[in-house]
Amino acid sequence: MKFSALSVFTQGLGGNQGWPEQWRSPEPKSAYDAIIVGAGGHGLATAYYMAKEHGMRNIAVLEKGWLGGGNTGRNTTIVRSNYLWEESEGIYEHAMKLWAGLAHELNYNVMYSPRGVMMLAHNIHDVQVFKRHVHANRLAGIDNEWLTAEQAKDFCPLLNIEKNIRYPVIGASLQRRGGTARHDAVAWGYARGADRLGVDIIQNCEVTGIRRDASGAVSGVETSKGFIATRRIGVVVAGNTSVVMAMAGVRMPLESYPLQALVSEPVKPMMPCVVMSNTVHAYMSQSDKGEMVIGAGTDAYTSYSQTGGLHIATHTLDAICELFPAVRRLRMLRSWGGIVDVTPDRSPIIGTTPVPGLFVNCGWGTGGFKATPGSGHVFADLVARGEPNAIAAPFTMDRFRTGRLIDEAAAAAVAH
Amino acid sequence: MLLIHCPYCEMDRPELEFRYGGEAHIARPADPMATSDETWAEHLYFRSNPRGLHAERWRHISGCGRFFNCLRDTVSDRIVTTYKAGEARPEIDRGAA
Ligand SMILES: Cc1cc2nc3c(=O)[nH]c(=O)nc-3n(C[C@H](O)[C@H](O)[C@H](O)COP(=O)(O)OP(=O)(O)OC[C@H]3O[C@@H](n4cnc5c(N)ncnc54)[C@H](O)[C@@H]3O)c2cc1C
Ligand SMILES: [Zn+2]
Repeated sequence: MKFSALSVFTQGLGGNQGWPEQWRSPEPKSAYDAIIVGAGGHGLATAYYMAKEHGMRNIAVLEKGWLGGGNTGRNTTIVRSNYLWEESEGIYEHAMKLWAGLAHELNYNVMYSPRGVMMLAHNIHDVQVFKRHVHANRLAGIDNEWLTAEQAKDFCPLLNIEKNIRYPVIGASLQRRGGTARHDAVAWGYARGADRLGVDIIQNCEVTGIRRDASGAVSGVETSKGFIATRRIGVVVAGNTSVVMAMAGVRMPLESYPLQALVSEPVKPMMPCVVMSNTVHAYMSQSDKGEMVIGAGTDAYTSYSQTGGLHIATHTLDAICELFPAVRRLRMLRSWGGIVDVTPDRSPIIGTTPVPGLFVNCGWGTGGFKATPGSGHVFADLVARGEPNAIAAPFTMDRFRTGRLIDEAAAAAVAH
Repeated sequence: MLLIHCPYCEMDRPELEFRYGGEAHIARPADPMATSDETWAEHLYFRSNPRGLHAERWRHISGCGRFFNCLRDTVSDRIVTTYKAGEARPEIDRGAA
């Protein structure tokens, strides 16, 4: 059923009891033309674009838990495209353009809200790095501007720019088109869209092995629901990438770390934008429900625990209280962690692998939600055609051998 | 927060006294000039990143300052054992965690 003013009205008359399920829950077939492993936003978007733009309808997305239950449902939903290098600008800006029309494309309200993302500078190094980003972005036609501390406070009145705090704010960069989107809605919208195009989304189906034929090419996957044959596998499992790729004997340049977030009790609208600070390790925005959404850092060590140390979150709250004194007395409602897959240069890996028929899209680390539409779009193209397009090409795994890294550590170390 | 046993100080101390040092037992190629790009890439960037027992380096930065190794289960975060730098990885399977 299509969502429209009319359907919302008529369903309302019926007490909203008549809405159909948004997607089917099929049992797996014995074989598919392609299988996507992982029903996060990236995997679901991949399947959606494979079906829509490449006409591949006999495909499945396998998910070990529930769709959107990984980092997609755990992230702080910041969307922006002001990365430093041209390669990054290419992929993140591709996503940014898709965000603008996504709700319409999917007929699903993904609540994309370009309310502005402001990144605070607290020392001379920050100023230099952010100004470099501003200039690089503007040369690439991507909006990003430099603000004085006073201008930053005009944009976000909650911000404390007094000189008497431990790390005073001395300026900021602002991407006005940046903002937030509703994470769950992105997963649900792509799931619904893919399902309607005939894609089987199979939840509670964990991939436990990758089978290869005599030539070494993939021939199918072992799952908790039995063996499923396929000649093409796209692995999109974020923090679990090293584990799944090891099933095909492929080692990855990745480490998995817990990353945490927390939300406060809901209050009336008071925070008009997203503010982030890499230097003091904190960022905050306000959800439409009214909660302050606060992001903390990663733990120091690799882990698959999906929880982080309490001292990490506490450290972030110290910084939040200095930057936004008005929220000091809010109580925190919930905190949680996700497992992020971090590459040495903090840029993703989208590419072919040494195993014929096996493709991987990973390494989005602490900041891949913003890329969801663009990542799915280019990865669909890769899995369907077998070779990367111009946007995806720089993100091969081979860059760690050639040394042609895409170093976004300054853009992505803590930030999202 | 982890409670970590420093094998030099022979004390259990909070994680905040330590600095994480990444995967353990990774040896730098002995002859750099004769080393292929693949081997360099493997040495610098590729990691085992297991879901299970992980051998890793820690440094007791706010204590004795020394590096040592640690076996930790990356699912439960439980530390199985710590041992001095230069010692071989103890043969313990995950069940012991
Ligand atoms: C606390 C936190 C805050 C963040 N904040 C931001 C932010 O503000 N902005 C931003 O851009 N990014 C942010 N990120 C990063 C972002 O969440 C991720 O980069 C992005 O969501 C990754 O999407 P994905 O679809 O690749 O992964 P996921 O959503 O994690 O999906 C992977 C799926 O694979 C499944 N899977 C794993 N193993 C198997 C298997 N063996 N078989 C079958 N299925 C399997 C998992 O269950 C999971 O559902 C944040 C992350 C966290 C944890
Ligand atoms: Zn010590």
